[in-house]
Amino acid sequence: MSTRTIVPFGPQHPVLPEPIHLDLVLEDEKVVDAVPKIGYIHRGLEKLVEKRDFNDYVYVIERTCGICSFMHGMGYVEAVERIFDAEIPDRAKYLRTIWAEMSRIHSHLLWLGLLADGFGFEALFYQCWRMRERVLDMFEESTGGRVIFSVNKIGGVLKDMPADMLARFVNNFNEMEKELRELTNVFLTDFSVETRLRGVGILTRDEAIDLGAAGPMMRASDIAIDTRKLGYAAYEDIDFDIITSKDCDSYARCEVRIGEIFQSIDIIRQAVSKIPDTEISIQIKGNPNGEAFARMEQPRGEAIYYVRGNGTKFLERARVRTPTFTNLTPMLKTLKGADLADVPLLVLTIDPCISCTER
Amino acid sequence: MATLMKFTRLALRNLFSKPVTKDYPAVPREYPERTRGSIQINIEDCIFCGSCQRKCPSGAITVDRNARTWSIDRMGCVQCENCKNGCPKHCLTTDVHYSEPDFTKRVDTYTGPAPAAKPEAPAKPKFTPEQIEEMKKAAAAAKKAAEENS
Repeated sequence: MSTRTIVPFGPQHPVLPEPIHLDLVLEDEKVVDAVPKIGYIHRGLEKLVEKRDFNDYVYVIERTCGICSFMHGMGYVEAVERIFDAEIPDRAKYLRTIWAEMSRIHSHLLWLGLLADGFGFEALFYQCWRMRERVLDMFEESTGGRVIFSVNKIGGVLKDMPADMLARFVNNFNEMEKELRELTNVFLTDFSVETRLRGVGILTRDEAIDLGAAGPMMRASDIAIDTRKLGYAAYEDIDFDIITSKDCDSYARCEVRIGEIFQSIDIIRQAVSKIPDTEISIQIKGNPNGEAFARMEQPRGEAIYYVRGNGTKFLERARVRTPTFTNLTPMLKTLKGADLADVPLLVLTIDPCISCTER
Repeated sequence: MATLMKFTRLALRNLFSKPVTKDYPAVPREYPERTRGSIQINIEDCIFCGSCQRKCPSGAITVDRNARTWSIDRMGCVQCENCKNGCPKHCLTTDVHYSEPDFTKRVDTYTGPAPAAKPEAPAKPKFTPEQIEEMKKAAAAAKKAAEENS
């Protein structure tokens, strides 16, 4: 039996944009065990709900993370709106849908870039981020922010997108779609990319169910669950299929995310063609009393928002269950038996968002 | 071989096209109209009600009603526009330009003009003597009527 070595991985590592620590137990080059440690970036955002007016807390919760910021705000406001039983205007629902899908596109492009960087394909990394920049520009034009959007409010949205802006965005996405086909083709068919992804980090269907995988990580293991099908925001009126893959490896995760980028572009097109011309927000009076859940499909998977009010303007509790947290256990499963050289790639394939996990 | 050359077309096109990045700072960036750069105040219109201070999620704004000052911690401000949306006098605006970088945490303080002195009007009696006389008569009549009824 070979001797065991423990190699620390993180919290500072070139592939990690955010801090997480793993103790990798190695036997020669093979990982036999991995012990994670989180807690480097905890900020206590959930506790802050007791000290901020529930209307102003939207701006706090969307700062949980810089990539899923729109959906964090949206999940919180939908949960509070459910306490009030408020029916928000249809246009606000559609605008939320469009922004949410734009978030998904930029998040997946960011991930594709990081993945390319992870396996050492720098040129591909820059190409992905060049495309992502166009989405961020559209965000800045419509919301005023590139990373934090601050457009959600309890009862609707704060900013409207005029028809000409929406038409221009759809045009932009149509142009982007052509370029993206070419770009993502490299991920899916290039020989050197395939050698790094095929058969690496297998998570079978049963394991994904047992370990509670979420989002693209789960759908890559052939489980067709997508929270968008629950019909929050305007997803009820939108026609889309859940993208899954049967391969269960890193390549499948890449394939699912690429499929979701094109699906998001299609959802935006549908939403723009169906968007009604109504108000964008309603006035909600009073303070929340009661509790509510909201479930959202974030780029990384299902996020759950729970809020409880006690009739005052300060909520008693706001809780977020983020997809990366549930994806950590499947990640540890895929690490066991992997080569040390594949560890950075496997950590990336869950699309880790540590800021979300620790809040 | 074909699978090895997937990226070649993209790379070649990239090689012979202009850079995607902008030639900053030679060509300054044009911001869209909605960009949330920095919060500005039209201090003449401010009534120092303190609504912005209460609404600020990061506690960056301090309003002193007595000293008539409005100050903002530029590094603390998160540009959420919550202050602007809640301002009763609409005296807050968003500039598309970000606040300048600095070595220290800068607090910008704006002092409002001294309140316009109210013209000293002579104290006017609320009612004229005739009105008081009428009111007295009405009260007496009401009292008399009440006594007769009881």
